[in-house]
Amino acid sequence: MTIAVPAELADRRTFKFDMTWPVMFGFMAVLCVLIVLPISWLVYYSLTAVDPVTQARSFTLDQFRTLFSDPEFVDPLITTVIIAVSSSIACCVIAAPMGWLVARTDMPMTRTIRALVTASFVTPPFLGAVAWEILAAPNSGLLNKLFRLVTGAPQDEHLLNIYSLPGLIFVIACYTFPYVFVLIANALDRIPSDLEDASAMLGGTAWDTARRITVPLALPALLAGALIAFLQAMILFGSPAILALPAGFHTMTTKIWSLFQYPPKPELAAAASLPLLVLTVILLRGQAMILGRKGYTVVGGKGAEPRLIKLGWWLVPAALFVTIVLMLPVFLPYFALFNAAFSPIATTLVTPFNATMHNIYFTFFELSSTKVALKNTFLLGAMSATIGTLLALVISYLTARQAVRGHRVLAFLATAPIAIPGIVLGVGLFLSYTRPPLVLYGTLWILLIAYITIELPAAYQQLQSAFKSVHPELEEASRMLGASRLRALRDVTAPLLRTSVLATWCFIFVSTIRELSAAVMLFTSETKVVSVLIFDLKESGDLGAISVLGISMLVLTFIVVVGVSRIPGFGAGTRLRNT
Amino acid sequence: MRPSRRDVLTGSAAAVISAAATPSRAQSPAAEAVTPALIEAARKEGKVTWYAAMDLPVSERVARAFEAKYPGIAVRIERTGSERQFVRLAQEYGSNIRVADVINASDAAHFIVWKRSGWLAPYLPDEVAKFYPAEHRDPDGQYFTSRIYVSSLGYNTNLVKPEDAPKSFADLLDPKWMGKIVKAHPGYSGTIMTATYQIARELGWEYFEKLARQKVMQVQSSVDPPKKLAAGERAVMADGNDFTLIQLKEQGQPVETVYPAEGSPLIVCPNAVLKAAPNPNAARLFQSYLLSREGAQVLCDFAAQQSAHPQVTAKPGRRKLADIKVMKDDPAAVEAEAEQIKKRYVSIFKV
Repeated sequence: MTIAVPAELADRRTFKFDMTWPVMFGFMAVLCVLIVLPISWLVYYSLTAVDPVTQARSFTLDQFRTLFSDPEFVDPLITTVIIAVSSSIACCVIAAPMGWLVARTDMPMTRTIRALVTASFVTPPFLGAVAWEILAAPNSGLLNKLFRLVTGAPQDEHLLNIYSLPGLIFVIACYTFPYVFVLIANALDRIPSDLEDASAMLGGTAWDTARRITVPLALPALLAGALIAFLQAMILFGSPAILALPAGFHTMTTKIWSLFQYPPKPELAAAASLPLLVLTVILLRGQAMILGRKGYTVVGGKGAEPRLIKLGWWLVPAALFVTIVLMLPVFLPYFALFNAAFSPIATTLVTPFNATMHNIYFTFFELSSTKVALKNTFLLGAMSATIGTLLALVISYLTARQAVRGHRVLAFLATAPIAIPGIVLGVGLFLSYTRPPLVLYGTLWILLIAYITIELPAAYQQLQSAFKSVHPELEEASRMLGASRLRALRDVTAPLLRTSVLATWCFIFVSTIRELSAAVMLFTSETKVVSVLIFDLKESGDLGAISVLGISMLVLTFIVVVGVSRIPGFGAGTRLRNT
Repeated sequence: MRPSRRDVLTGSAAAVISAAATPSRAQSPAAEAVTPALIEAARKEGKVTWYAAMDLPVSERVARAFEAKYPGIAVRIERTGSERQFVRLAQEYGSNIRVADVINASDAAHFIVWKRSGWLAPYLPDEVAKFYPAEHRDPDGQYFTSRIYVSSLGYNTNLVKPEDAPKSFADLLDPKWMGKIVKAHPGYSGTIMTATYQIARELGWEYFEKLARQKVMQVQSSVDPPKKLAAGERAVMADGNDFTLIQLKEQGQPVETVYPAEGSPLIVCPNAVLKAAPNPNAARLFQSYLLSREGAQVLCDFAAQQSAHPQVTAKPGRRKLADIKVMKDDPAAVEAEAEQIKKRYVSIFKV
């Protein structure tokens, strides 16, 4: 009798354990299809060329020879590196102090500040670029007009020129700094103050505490932020597509895009994307080396509220700093867009005498693509966010807990797409899914696959760092009590992570809506999305309609994000450390 | 048993193939009137997709006029510049996606390629048969001129006095225009592709090499330089649609059109029904409407463009095409040299 009970128990355990494996291999298979397929096509294309006579593909290194010798490609490569480094540094310099102010000081209105940073994140980079064009075009820009009005400077003098390399770097930094801010603020949120208290009790000054406790604890987040900012700037297509042409230079992404002008040169485009892939792999390795083996597990079964530092009279410069930072990506651009929505000419200030409803009427009643594009965009956003979050959750669990043997491969696969410019991934997917067995081009599925693939790295990194900061002791406890890995994940870890999961869902949703570069390769007239519609409108300079669409998109996105965070039992308001 | 529309279509497709087999002899299809049966069949389809490389407010206006005349048939417009549209269509057709019903482009060379690929349907609306001069009709009845305009110069009247304004392409090379010129790009715009060919033929590529030294602001579509002038972003434009300038001036914007002394590049935009159109009847009805006196008049009135239809009358006060010195268009030459032109342009202007 006494023997039968443990045997039964053992049987049950084995059964549960087995259930875990098919799920894991399923996810690995999905990842392989998502990522390996388009990359293989890209590598194949970059190394082959079609013989004009026989129509056969044969091996060649011509593409790479052109890439590294022709100044037409070398110049954009250098420009891209300059842009990525500069805007990454700018992002960190702005986002780190701001994240600290919001998370660790008694700064008032932190919820509003976070919401406004979210607003700058929700703003697609191409829309921000259009808005900054309205503000800072050298002659017609509103800020330059103001400058001339105030100083009495002559017509051809200007304060700002957005059609320049610094102008482009500035606009890119404006819309990548939220990535860094969110990472740093969240990390600082999670650092309990008992370590800082210990330092203070041992006689450390505030400076010592900051240098030896807070900064090292926040460093992984800052590094991850700098890396994401660098990569985002490197693969960004939207802002350069708006500003680089009038400024008279190319970045790698706009150059790759121009390779698809007639006659399309997909081989060269594939080759041009590979240096970006290599660079990213090196950077990711570098990050891993810097962080080394230091563990930063700070959320265990127990924890303490962070204690907020009193700013005192420092509040004034701090508030000023935050206001200026928020002016640049949010207040000023949206002022410009609102102005353009009601103005006959985008760069003319609206007055009661010239205000017009024409742009709104045109966008919603004359423009025949508006409805289709809005519907597709929000459908794709919700689907990509749901599927992408699930995928990222399981993968980051497997890698954070090193639950399967191939977890390093899995981690690499999940991070790899970040190195592929969306526009090139678009080509890879185009090559993969325009031939049997899966003919998906022309359907929303191909866009869904593109979005999930593109957003996976960021979603994975977010959830992975969240997993890392939850100590496995809680899961281990639940597994010792007989739960399978999946059950422990569902019942213990996932609830602890629900803020992160929710944040990831919203992140993918918003990123999908912002996405332009892959969509611009993969859309057809029936599967058009708002970003592509705006891009098409920009081609012919219809700034009024762009403004109306952009503002509508922002409002709808906010409704969805707020709505999701109000779902009962899933609320963003619940504080992780209190559970 | 009456032949169905599909049978008729297959029959006409066969006719094209046999025409292609004997290319020396042009075989124009018989003229077709807009019959109640066609309208009824089009209404059953309920929609028509128009790939139109045309200023959106203009194409949407024509679409709404069509919808008003034929209620129940919605027009969906897909707008991109001609050069991107050309790639898009090839990409879609390469993947067996047939969405486009009717197509318009400002690079007439594209129609030569599409016709050669056998993508266009022969369809001759009776008004075209009756009124259109031969040079605006494809001899095989596959495409017809839907609108004509020129690429011109222009200036912002707040920034430039009329007596200082450039009168010719040569004037743009004056150092006083350094950093003040806006122009559109032949990699995106069919109008500019066509214009670049004509200017290079008449003035030589040296003109562009000198122009590039003036720190020109590059935009994509030929619709955009006039808008940049109206906004005061640049003082003069080196190319772009004259009709957009005319529209803006009539709205009270501070812009003025200049037809250059050397002649203005002539832009002739055909329109065609696609053979694989998913809505073949609505496509034909739309083609008939666009080329009819009524449809062409909408385009002429609203968008200040000219029609090949002799009965279409220009608004009083607007300049007639006949009074403008134009360069000669040559779609066949553009078709042959397109790749070279783009390559050379990029090497000169660096973007």
